[in-house]
Amino acid sequence: MPAEGLIDRHVAFVGALRGAGLPVSLAESLDATQAMAAIDLMDRRQLRAAYAAAVVKRAPHRATFDRLFDLWWPPAVGDGESSAADGADGAEELEEVEPADLDAMRNVLRDQLREVLLSGDDEALRRLARQSVTGLGRTDSPPGRQSWFTYRVLRALSPETLLADLLKAILDGEQRGGLAEKVARQMLAERIKKFEEYVEAEVRRRLAEDRGVEAIAKTSVKPLIEQVDFLRASRDEIAELRRRVYPLARRLATRLTAKRRLGRSGRLDVRRTVRASLSSGGVPLTTIHKPHKPHKPELVVLCDVSGSVAAFAHFTVLLAYALREQFAKVRVFAFVDTCDEVTRFFEHGGDVGDAVARMAQEANVVWFDGHSDYGHSFEVFAQKWPDAVTPKTSLLILGDARTNYRALSLPSLRSVVHHARRAYWLNPEPRQYWSSGDSAASSYGDVVPMIECRNAAQLEEFVEQLLPV
Amino acid sequence: MFSSPDDVRAKLAETGYLADDAIATTVFLADVLGKPLLVEGPAGTGKTELAKAVTEAAGAELVRLQCYEGLDEARALYEWNYRKQLLRIQAAGDGQKWEETHDDIFSEEFLLARPLLTAIRRDDPTVLLVDETDKADVEVEGLLLEVLSDFQVTVPELGTILATRRPFVVLTSNATRELSEALKRRCLFLHMDYPDAEREKAIVLRRVPEVPEALAERLVRTIRTLRALELKKSPSIAESIDWARTLVALGIETLDEAAVGQTLGVVLKHASDQARAVKELGLN
Repeated sequence: MPAEGLIDRHVAFVGALRGAGLPVSLAESLDATQAMAAIDLMDRRQLRAAYAAAVVKRAPHRATFDRLFDLWWPPAVGDGESSAADGADGAEELEEVEPADLDAMRNVLRDQLREVLLSGDDEALRRLARQSVTGLGRTDSPPGRQSWFTYRVLRALSPETLLADLLKAILDGEQRGGLAEKVARQMLAERIKKFEEYVEAEVRRRLAEDRGVEAIAKTSVKPLIEQVDFLRASRDEIAELRRRVYPLARRLATRLTAKRRLGRSGRLDVRRTVRASLSSGGVPLTTIHKPHKPHKPELVVLCDVSGSVAAFAHFTVLLAYALREQFAKVRVFAFVDTCDEVTRFFEHGGDVGDAVARMAQEANVVWFDGHSDYGHSFEVFAQKWPDAVTPKTSLLILGDARTNYRALSLPSLRSVVHHARRAYWLNPEPRQYWSSGDSAASSYGDVVPMIECRNAAQLEEFVEQLLPV
Repeated sequence: MFSSPDDVRAKLAETGYLADDAIATTVFLADVLGKPLLVEGPAGTGKTELAKAVTEAAGAELVRLQCYEGLDEARALYEWNYRKQLLRIQAAGDGQKWEETHDDIFSEEFLLARPLLTAIRRDDPTVLLVDETDKADVEVEGLLLEVLSDFQVTVPELGTILATRRPFVVLTSNATRELSEALKRRCLFLHMDYPDAEREKAIVLRRVPEVPEALAERLVRTIRTLRALELKKSPSIAESIDWARTLVALGIETLDEAAVGQTLGVVLKHASDQARAVKELGLN
């Protein structure tokens, strides 16, 4: 049985996981303690795997788990040099440098980083991250009030500036610009990213030692990618979201097919019922029905692609296209202050990511000054494509309804919406900001049902309801 | 079956399956704690292979339940062979009493055991593989719950059948839908993602020993570059191995632009993905 201190630690750790949004049940917490009794507790990798197996049951939760695990079960204490025997050779080199001589320290570390990035030795990279934080990450405040910073380390070492030098070493005379360089770049980018992560984890660990684990745990947990606001997503997060489009579409499609199957089935299939009855002596024990044919609507997407909401529009259009088997037809119109059809960029089975990029550059969506003008865009849409929206169409409008105080053209929109089978407006802004400033959310909301769609989770929920069963 | 995670790793390696820390530890725990192991991850990362490797390493026999839409109790658990029962009733003639016939036709002889029942009744070491659990309907999960938590099956006419020896259970899932919380809670969870470069290279070398080490290294790096692109379907380990085999078969020694362009169809299975790779990697 684990010792008492260990149990306290375990309970606190599970509490932190729950606080971060992981649903850890009592049964799973008990599983984890049983697992701890079975493994070698001194092996941190085993401990991590055991915990992950027992309490993390969803892949997206893994990143949060890893962060908290590093805080609660730290790999080292303090500078970590005395406990880690294998870190000795690196430490010796550093001790030759006066701690005050930051430049010299920086150069030694940078040289080491260059070598380690070249060799790709994971353990050495981790050790180097620890040494770098010790040497460069501390502020020069009086003892007891000092703090640790990731950016100080990364700015001092600036691993990106080593890239050109490293590339030259790896390619070793091979031709530049070709496949070899792309592959080498990718490999180095991965290693640099890993180094940055190690530095971040190391800084968090030091901070936790100074201020207590609980305080750091609260601030260091990132929201799950599905919960990230479209309007506030960083570039990395947008890229991550786009990578999730196809898995998300696949998941939605499977769920819909299953739902359809459970829905009403069609008419009795006499031939197959009689055939099946033969094996039970002519008694029809089970009746077989023809599958119900699903109704497939046409989808028209009308999206604001101006700077502020572009990320949201792109993601939603990508998703609509990934789901296009679920629709009879998909047409996409984009607007900033005037409207243009952009369906042509998506045809020919080309790459949808490219299409979105081309749509933003080539389509004729700017008419006057490049600021959102919903009123004019709706008028142009109604005039130029009067036949786009029919009684078979589901209409989807994407935008934040921020009109820059221009005319709303409610009658145009009303007539378009009137023609459609169903119409929805997806707004990426939080509901409490609607109708503040130049937002015309309430006026448009009277014409079209407006739905808050701030993150991928909400979008997923909406699409599931929109699609026919 | 196993004495420690390192033992798991060594035994799996003998069968040709290279496990990392997480896999070895989780398999070990599933064995020691007697819990089912739920393995989730993208297609082609070796989920089903793991079950087969464990079977071989433990000297057990594999019982496989392949899930699909519409899988039901009769296909997963057991079924009465009602054609044979019908024959038995017709052959009985008039002399026999109904009670006798009734007891007779609901006996072992007329029971068709399906994978779940088979796995539970076996006396020898058994690995039960429930493949692509996410493809099955939600009702099947309820069925699995009873079997996997108590390792028993109730046949109304025969009574409850208890496992004489608990099978080692592996469930796989491609995560096309979330499995129910109840099922997940009873399992140990292992997420299998694409392996790191070192391990993938080792796997390729293990599976395709003819490939030179430098080429394998280059191949794995190129695959990782492809995975970093936004693709409909990222290449998995299965594709890496296929690619290595293709290169060996074609006698290609260096993986340059021409070679990659020639064999790209082995790795990427969508036309749009290929077009994207050609453009991003500058293959033309």
